[in-house]
Amino acid sequence: MAEPKDPSRLQLNDQGRLRHFLTLDGLDKATLTEILDTADSFIEVGARSIKKVPLLRGKTVVNLFFEASTRTRSTFELAAKRLSADVLNLNISTSATSKGESLSDTLQNLEAMASDMFVVRHSQSGAPHFIAESVTPNVSIINAGDGRHAHPTQAMLDMLTIRQHKGQFEGLKVAIVGDILHSRVARSQIRALNTLGVAEVRVIAPNTLLPVDIESLGANVFSTMQEGLDSVDVIIMLRLQKERMEGALLPSEHEFYELYGLTTEKLKYAKPDAIVMHPGPINRGVEIESAVADGPQSVILNQVTNGIAVRMAVMSMAMSGQTAAISAATSE
Amino acid sequence: MTALLDVESLLGEMCDSLSAHLATKNIKNPCVIGIRTGGVWLASYIHKKLGVSEPCGELDISFYRDDFTRIGLNPTVKPSSLPFETEGRDIVLVDDVVMSGRTIRAAMNELFDYGRPASITLVTLIDLDGRELPIQPDIVGQKMSLKENQQVKLKGPEKLVLEVTEK
Repeated sequence: MAEPKDPSRLQLNDQGRLRHFLTLDGLDKATLTEILDTADSFIEVGARSIKKVPLLRGKTVVNLFFEASTRTRSTFELAAKRLSADVLNLNISTSATSKGESLSDTLQNLEAMASDMFVVRHSQSGAPHFIAESVTPNVSIINAGDGRHAHPTQAMLDMLTIRQHKGQFEGLKVAIVGDILHSRVARSQIRALNTLGVAEVRVIAPNTLLPVDIESLGANVFSTMQEGLDSVDVIIMLRLQKERMEGALLPSEHEFYELYGLTTEKLKYAKPDAIVMHPGPINRGVEIESAVADGPQSVILNQVTNGIAVRMAVMSMAMSGQTAAISAATSE
Repeated sequence: MTALLDVESLLGEMCDSLSAHLATKNIKNPCVIGIRTGGVWLASYIHKKLGVSEPCGELDISFYRDDFTRIGLNPTVKPSSLPFETEGRDIVLVDDVVMSGRTIRAAMNELFDYGRPASITLVTLIDLDGRELPIQPDIVGQKMSLKENQQVKLKGPEKLVLEVTEK
């Protein structure tokens, strides 16, 4: 049996262009910047009275969500529809896999329906990578979040939001606060921030919510908000993923809020023009005070809007990379 | 590489022809829109010369190309900018070169996604052989034929120079 391809290589075609979007690992600054630039131009489409462009007209995008999601699934669906694709949303809990059909058989059936792209969310790390290895060359896979591994489109929409408000990445200090241990978003954010050249990435969390390898990812660890938020330009609050906590990793939500919740008082440790982000859904009064979440420094709703543009960019780039790869293969 | 044609002088003549054309059609308040990149430079000149009060519009037709599935997305795509309502307006659409007609088709598809214009007047500096679609400019600076190994390119924007290069 052939060795599985490194996901960072698997997602690029022979010309080095995206054909799947599985992880930010192995993608260089130029590729990330191209995604951001393309997304920037898609933002204008959302402001039109007819919010559609014909790039994916005639293509079929299947949202394969093996894990619950509202915001991510909705923005992927809107993104695909704004690119004029036909969209199929599969509720996996009531689909064939729950009747005993294997994942491979389900995928083969979807491929037989001439699908062009699968947007995959799965609780198992590496599931989108596995699917990308098994599908035909006529299908592109977009990772919409896998286990604790990666959530690359969320990280890219965060990067777009930071660039919109700060202009550039060089020189920025960015703090990521909260449940780093269970967060696929944090891993992708740290990768993206370092690739794009920020001055420093900090993580602020209790030891019980930090992965052991966090510093090797390129982040400096702080255990108090006062130290960690000192003179930062960007604060990214994370959701407490209670559904993934197997043991008593927290004494109580109240104590977490006291120590790590972002309040108006703690926000003063950061630069006066620091922006506040949160990937959602927000637990108000646990991760963040309402006055901060709805305050002038919050860019949380910008993140949601940017999510559609980033997903349009990634989908159109992957589809064009898929077509280029097929053309190259058939002309050989 | 050969620099040819006095672009400024051609533009002056095109503006005169365009003014006469608009007068014939009884168009008094057109919107001027350029197709990136060369068309925007020319549109900016025409916009100033016609004394249009509203800002000049810019179209990037990358999202509307009919060859996206073959050549992919242009990595330098920039958002279109139409800082006025186009619904019911008379539009002067400007491009530097019209050849196959596919760029103009894409531009018109995009324009109709912003609203239904009353009319579109097509202006081009160079009209090349090789039309693949039934699209004809209303105002032309110069008709040209190129050899198979030649291509024409407008350089700018400070000084507009038209160059013919060998492929």
